[in-house]
Amino acid sequence: MNVLADFWNNYGGQIMDALGPHLFLTFVSLALGIIVAVPLGIFLTRNPRLASPIIAVVSIFQTIPSLVFFALILPFLGIGTQPALVVLFVYSLLPILRNTYIGVRSIDPALIDASRGQGMTSWEILYMVELPLSAPLIVAGIRLAAIYLVSWATIAALIGAGGLGDLIFSGIDNYDTNLLLAGAVPTALLALLIGFLLGMVRRLVTPRGLKVGVAR
Amino acid sequence: MNTSLPYVSMLTFQHLYLSVVGTLIGAAIGFALAVWARRRPRLANALIGIAEVIQTIPGIALLAFLLLAFGLGNGTLVVGLALYAILPVMQNTYEGLEGVDPVYMGIGKGMGMTRGQIFRQVELPLAFPVILTGLRVALVTSIGVATIGVFVGADGLGLLIYRGLQLIDTQVILAGAIPAGLLAILIEVILTLLERRLSRAASAR
Repeated sequence: MNVLADFWNNYGGQIMDALGPHLFLTFVSLALGIIVAVPLGIFLTRNPRLASPIIAVVSIFQTIPSLVFFALILPFLGIGTQPALVVLFVYSLLPILRNTYIGVRSIDPALIDASRGQGMTSWEILYMVELPLSAPLIVAGIRLAAIYLVSWATIAALIGAGGLGDLIFSGIDNYDTNLLLAGAVPTALLALLIGFLLGMVRRLVTPRGLKVGVAR
Repeated sequence: MNTSLPYVSMLTFQHLYLSVVGTLIGAAIGFALAVWARRRPRLANALIGIAEVIQTIPGIALLAFLLLAFGLGNGTLVVGLALYAILPVMQNTYEGLEGVDPVYMGIGKGMGMTRGQIFRQVELPLAFPVILTGLRVALVTSIGVATIGVFVGADGLGLLIYRGLQLIDTQVILAGAIPAGLLAILIEVILTLLERRLSRAASAR
């Protein structure tokens, strides 16, 4: 334990300083991603003809490697937190958009018919039937996006946005193993923790009737 | 900094080569594990759980850990790429094999096929489109992770991107970033089209 305590004494301050910008980048871009992608996903289920081209375009964006994306945007937006947020926001869209779209589309049409037969308006059907039933898949998309964002936010250090990536990159540049670990260990733990917490949220939002026999 | 066509082409080739080697090693491991875990859901869940933990670790953090174990060079990157490729291939192979209708296995048995023949001539071809999806995801991920291989001393297009970012030289950045982006997009598109064709052929049979 002494080794750990020494390590924390030496690097704890730096880790905490880097954690702030890292969490800021991750959660601001995740929040923006949710605000845009969930309504857009629902909109696409109402306009299936628009859906496949839009999903295809966003999928292609998603295959572009994160370092490439940061590099391509640098000449246009420069360096710092704001360009990093733009990249992270765009990146967070696809998992959330795709899962919202698939989640709402995959609901048994008979359930929608039954709700309409009971006299529910389309608005009521949306938030009393469709959203609760697709909530597990939507949260799964948000979870995936959050894990990716922790990872991409590390790369954002290269365009001067700070975060835990700063420690990793200066650790590598200076052959400083401890500094490298001070960046890499919290980054890995943060990703695992966020994945675990959002996995619990997904279980919480799963309607009771769906809990039996649904694998994901 | 050299941004001539021959040099960029060479880096692109290196990039693709490292990605393919890493992906294939990981895919072989993932495939073997999935076949081993077949019809043992508990073992399969445990293996997928472990692979998911690896998958969750951000690329640069994983490469940093591997750097400490394996030192600078292409080998470290290839180990990292292989680790990332295990999960998509293992999960898709397992689900693909489990998804084969047992009726087909019964028919094979009725025709006097051995278990090995049923596996090779019935189950694998039917599961192949799903396995290929896993391979595509793994390869596209590899192209992306390979760009940050430059930080552990590996070759590839990340070299140009990183130098360009350090020098704030747009030409150098673009000479690395454009081929790397195109490589990922091309592989995604080509393998997606191949999958569609294969699954159409499978459903026509």
